[in-house]
Amino acid sequence: MTTMSGPNEGTGSRDGAGAPLLAIRDLHATVAGREILKGIDIVVPAGEVHVVMGPNGAGKSTLSYVLAGRDGYEPTQGEVVYQGQDLLAMKTEERARAGIFLAFQSPVEIPGVTGVNFLKTAVNAQRRARGESELDAMQFLKLARRKAKELDVGEEMLRRSVNSGFSGGEKKRYEALQMTLLEPRLMILDETDSGLDFDALKTVAQAVNGMRSPDRSILMITHHQRLLDLIAPDCIHVLIDGRIVSTGDRSLAHELEKSGYAQFAGQAA
Amino acid sequence: MSAAPTPAWLDALRRDARARADATGLPTRRDEAWKYTDFALSGAAAYPLAARWQDAVPASLATRPVAGGVPLVLVNGTVVGDWGAPDGVTIGRLDSPDARSLVEAHLGAVIPAARKSLAALNGGLFTDGLVLRITAGTRLERPIEVLSLGASDAASGPLSFHPRLLVVVEEGGFATLVESHRGTGAYFSNSVVEVALAEGAGLDHYKIQDESLEGVHVATLGVSVAARAVYRGALLQAGSRLARHEVHASLCGRDAVFELDGAYLGVENQHLDNTTFVTHAAPGGQSRQLFKGVLDNQAQGVFQGTVLVERAAQKTNAHQLSKALLLSAGAGMSGKPELEIYADDVKCGHGCTVGDIDETALFYLRSRGIAEADARQLLIEAFLADVLEHVSLDPVRETFTAVVSERLRRARLGKEDR
Ligand SMILES: Nc1ncnc2c1ncn2[C@@H]1O[C@H](COP(=O)(O)OP(=O)(O)O)[C@@H](O)[C@H]1O
Ligand SMILES: [Mg+2]
Repeated sequence: MTTMSGPNEGTGSRDGAGAPLLAIRDLHATVAGREILKGIDIVVPAGEVHVVMGPNGAGKSTLSYVLAGRDGYEPTQGEVVYQGQDLLAMKTEERARAGIFLAFQSPVEIPGVTGVNFLKTAVNAQRRARGESELDAMQFLKLARRKAKELDVGEEMLRRSVNSGFSGGEKKRYEALQMTLLEPRLMILDETDSGLDFDALKTVAQAVNGMRSPDRSILMITHHQRLLDLIAPDCIHVLIDGRIVSTGDRSLAHELEKSGYAQFAGQAA
Repeated sequence: MSAAPTPAWLDALRRDARARADATGLPTRRDEAWKYTDFALSGAAAYPLAARWQDAVPASLATRPVAGGVPLVLVNGTVVGDWGAPDGVTIGRLDSPDARSLVEAHLGAVIPAARKSLAALNGGLFTDGLVLRITAGTRLERPIEVLSLGASDAASGPLSFHPRLLVVVEEGGFATLVESHRGTGAYFSNSVVEVALAEGAGLDHYKIQDESLEGVHVATLGVSVAARAVYRGALLQAGSRLARHEVHASLCGRDAVFELDGAYLGVENQHLDNTTFVTHAAPGGQSRQLFKGVLDNQAQGVFQGTVLVERAAQKTNAHQLSKALLLSAGAGMSGKPELEIYADDVKCGHGCTVGDIDETALFYLRSRGIAEADARQLLIEAFLADVLEHVSLDPVRETFTAVVSERLRRARLGKEDR
């Protein structure tokens, strides 16, 4: 079932249906002077859900940071084309305004910045960039309350400082809340499922599924089959030691669950 | 508006202060308390004394009261204009006959004469000043506002002046005082404010130091807190090329409370000094100090806090914390907190940290589409948040926030220029 050939041939079903939303080609990147990504190829057509799986330390979070534009995660070779634009030339905030959203594996605590202030500033920054009118305090609160309710995020969490003192599960739901408020085009979910109990996982999966549309794509980093049962992926990529060693359809995930990453060990070298 | 000649009783006090100032001399960096702030280098000591201000308030300094209402205004240390006083409050000039007993009882009483400070110089040279007296049991709802303006220009050349304010709150009285300092041009404002709180009295004291960036501002604040009296201060230092806010507080009665929250914001080549001496002289006192500084460009900050707990001051609870955020490699912070404890049953703590912007938090905010400059601003405001939260008077907090944003914009421009 596994195709060992070039990127995304396993999803060839939408042949030529417009340009891909995201095309990563031969991407290399270093962190603290060490090469962590050693040639990544992933093409995500609009509307598809792609999954990146791989052992700890393979470079999955590094890939997500490079896509989001974090300082210190330096691309050294290859290219990333997003909506026809050179993504790597854009600043972090420009990428976000162009519709890229990274749900962090470890969301950052920011004491002193209240949720409402943070979320409103972000939503309005993005609205301004799209030439839309900004939401006033009342309009924003109404929207935030509605979305928070859908995600079981308590209203008092909006008043608290961003992520400060939140439990692991609360942080993940808070990431999902930001995602539904910002309505991105490309969602990068870095282990959004870890640390969630099954009910919370279902809530988050529902939010993600609720946002799926023909012009939105998802790049989902996960270890867990159970999330794949809730959000049906179009394509699975296996990332080992900075390289995509295999790309295939859902059956690849089942295979991984049965026999682990060891079967790919040879290709990683 | 011409002033009557100074009465002899006040002249005597003035001569005394002058003699003390001459005996100690001006502070130099060899003085322990002035190790980090080079007053001599500022050149301010050479600025000639401003003449008594004879005009109305200059248009360029049109009064913008912070808390609404009519402020008491000093221009170059001279009290300008008239005022009305609410029930239970007397407001007068230092040299008015009514003020004599208060002035003789309190002027210079809290600030220790032995320590070298510029307070004695003020005592020798002030041209004018105000006395506020809140009578026993009077609890004022509306704030009293005092505005000290500095006015110098190319024609006048740099000037020096010595604003003086005495606030006496009698038993069980309460008032809110909003003190602001602004101005144009180069000048040296050497301000002294003395606060005497009688038993069970209270003062909420806000100070906004937003002087001209060519100015030098040295302020000495003396506070005596009697039994069960409560002093709550909030300070913003943002103006002046060189500024020092020096506090001498004495908790001299049982269960006295002293609180001081300070925020300071330095840009360009500003040097901002906060120096406090808090003495617990009686049992059961509580003091809390929180200073937060943001320093950008080449700005330098100083925090020196000394808490002295005398043997008699059992059950004292004293805390001070100083935190500084450095926004550029050229900015710096010096100083130290110091505890001297002679009582054995006390709770005391102090801390001192210097850090820079949390890059991870910055990335998180930017990854949501917030521009880098706005994200920095959010993080800086977050850093100052707990000080700002303690500013309970809304218009004052809004002024604090507005001054902070204006300064940060200025700091950014300073970087773009280079
Ligand atoms: N900020 C960093 N500094 C130094 N090394 C890092 C940093 N971030 C990631 N790495 C290294 O990069 C490699 C890949 O890490 P990561 O991308 O987090 O893996 P994954 O998400 O697949 O578990 C690891 O060896 C890790 O130690
Ligand atoms: Mg990871």
